[in-house]
Amino acid sequence: MQVQSMFFKQRAREKLEDPLLQGNLRKAKGKFVDGRAKAVAEFGVWEEVRTHAAKVRDRALANLDAYLLEFEAHATRRGAVVHWAQTAEEACAIIVGIARDNGVRKATKSKSMVSEEVGLNEALEAAGVQVVETDLGEYILQLAHEPPSHIVAPAVHKSKEQVADLFVAAHGKPRLTEIPAMAREAREALRGHFLTADMGISGSNFLVAETGTTLTVTNEGNADMVTTIPRIHVVITGIEKVIGTMEDFATLIRLLPRSAVGQSIANYLTLTTGPKMPGDADGPEQMHIVLVDAGRTKLLGGPMQEMLRCIRCGACMNHCPVYQNVGGHAYGWVYPGPMGSILTPVYVGLENAGDLPNAATFCGECAVACPVKIPLPDLMRKLREQQFDRRLRPWPERWGIALWSFAAMRPGLYAFGTRIAARVARWMGGREGLIHALPGLDGWTKGRDMPAPAGRTFRELYRQRRGNHG
Amino acid sequence: MKVGLFVTCLVDLSRPGIGFAALRLLEGAGCEVVVPAEQTCCGQPGYNSGGRDIAKALARKVLAEFRDCDYVVAPSGSCSGQMKVATVHDLFRDEPDLPEFERLAAKWYELSQFLVEVLKVEAVPGRFEGTVTYHDSCSGLRELGVKMQPRYLLQMAGASIAEMEGAERCCGFGGTFSVKLGDISTRMCEGKCESVRATGAGAIVGGDLGCLLNIEGRLRRTGDRETKVLHFAQVIAGEG
Repeated sequence: MQVQSMFFKQRAREKLEDPLLQGNLRKAKGKFVDGRAKAVAEFGVWEEVRTHAAKVRDRALANLDAYLLEFEAHATRRGAVVHWAQTAEEACAIIVGIARDNGVRKATKSKSMVSEEVGLNEALEAAGVQVVETDLGEYILQLAHEPPSHIVAPAVHKSKEQVADLFVAAHGKPRLTEIPAMAREAREALRGHFLTADMGISGSNFLVAETGTTLTVTNEGNADMVTTIPRIHVVITGIEKVIGTMEDFATLIRLLPRSAVGQSIANYLTLTTGPKMPGDADGPEQMHIVLVDAGRTKLLGGPMQEMLRCIRCGACMNHCPVYQNVGGHAYGWVYPGPMGSILTPVYVGLENAGDLPNAATFCGECAVACPVKIPLPDLMRKLREQQFDRRLRPWPERWGIALWSFAAMRPGLYAFGTRIAARVARWMGGREGLIHALPGLDGWTKGRDMPAPAGRTFRELYRQRRGNHG
Repeated sequence: MKVGLFVTCLVDLSRPGIGFAALRLLEGAGCEVVVPAEQTCCGQPGYNSGGRDIAKALARKVLAEFRDCDYVVAPSGSCSGQMKVATVHDLFRDEPDLPEFERLAAKWYELSQFLVEVLKVEAVPGRFEGTVTYHDSCSGLRELGVKMQPRYLLQMAGASIAEMEGAERCCGFGGTFSVKLGDISTRMCEGKCESVRATGAGAIVGGDLGCLLNIEGRLRRTGDRETKVLHFAQVIAGEG
């Protein structure tokens, strides 16, 4: 997917001024946050399981090479073909190759963020394969020719009315107004595709090393259709998704749906171990598993490794006040919100996504919500440190910080400077004590006044008072 | 009991009254309060801008200034988070002076926590008739667990509290974020102001001046000249 993250500031501004989007975001906000809060409260031992889950993920990352080979061995033994893709291009080439070799004309897909990451749909379409998204949200976005704005609820930025318009244009049927009826209409439109596709493409939430199983968590059941009906099943996923055991899965699945949407369990857990075997009633003839690196190994053993714990629940973005206000498209790549503010600069280059690590107040809500305890604000700060060291931020910002710290280390100079600043700013505030515009600080004063200082600094007044009282 | 007052750079520059309110509260409770004259900033602006060395230099400066105090108290959850959490868990984690920062962190308190948990005050000098709403600032709440302490103190002063929707949600200040990404920051602040207005409270009270200047700036810009914006120290010290 093409990176637009360098334009975050402008994109965010446009999103803030889009009344329709603002209304849609407002509606979604409470649903996710309240749902999770309720599910967590009911759970009882949330923190204990969360701590354990972080350990499960850390163990997987510490043994990533061994677990991946173990996964490959078991999956191969069960008849699947495991492919290794170091880059996005390689991943696409492998899957396009499988399609070509097998005369594939149509592929159905269940939701996969990695496929968005590598641009799989575009690659397949360029090779003459029709791609049909079958997750309802992704289906809507395919009709709208838009990328997802959320990793769990990809079309969360769309209203019911907008979807109704898209359906009228695509299905040529009377306009619907109720969501269940709209879902039924989409299901009817998809059914034919499920039955006629040559290839089914799914993502995977977890890869289980000890069994060679790929696991998919969905609510619509579409993943089952995609993984079992077509003659070829392709799984595309990131190498960091591997876990050791089914027991590990049992831990993580207690957290994932609760964190994502406040459900105690998802409607469907699809476990796939190899293609159709003799005696099986159904299943694909071939199963291919494409394990994608695309930058992930760069994080291993480095300061950002904790980010690879991520189980893609979306809780960080649901709880992020920045995301809540600008939505996912502002972030300009596949992953929005706090996780995206880390993954995007790491995967596509800090110089291409410079505003993202700065798009946070460090309010800490994401770190509290994360089910695998990723210290998201700390990781964003580490990226800011890299920007600082590489002088990637604009010069007024760098000089401002340099000047501030130079003075703060020199109390005499600092006292003198603040004494003057307090007086000048007091004067600027006028009778009402409000500064309406400040040179260099228009980011603040465009939408807010700056309450003027009292005029004398604390240290001045304190010295004076102490002097008076001996 | 020798208590060092860390005034904070924002209070020093902009609202010295908050510093004097803190001083009055601490002295009123029988503390011997010292205010090191050399103090400037805790280093958080540098830290959050990626200037790790700047943050470390300033933290060491703070450490030296308050070394001989039994306690250090600051009228800010944000600066307190910097000195209690960031130093120990990150900045000096692999440095030889970590033990010194651990000692500093252990004796460092945000003002409301110190008054309630250490001094266990049962009365405050201030009287406030009326309804306030309380904004939980992020660092104080999520890093230090400041939640009921300021509310308890405000009620002690006679204030009744009307809780706003989303009291724990960020006001959008975020230090340099408020300037770097001013449009988003302003929108987040407007959300906070909407919640404040909906309570009908006569005052919005908080424990961090950065948030308070942000909220006050937005309220005033949108034509609200009535709602008071106060630090809890001013209210309970009777200087509101």
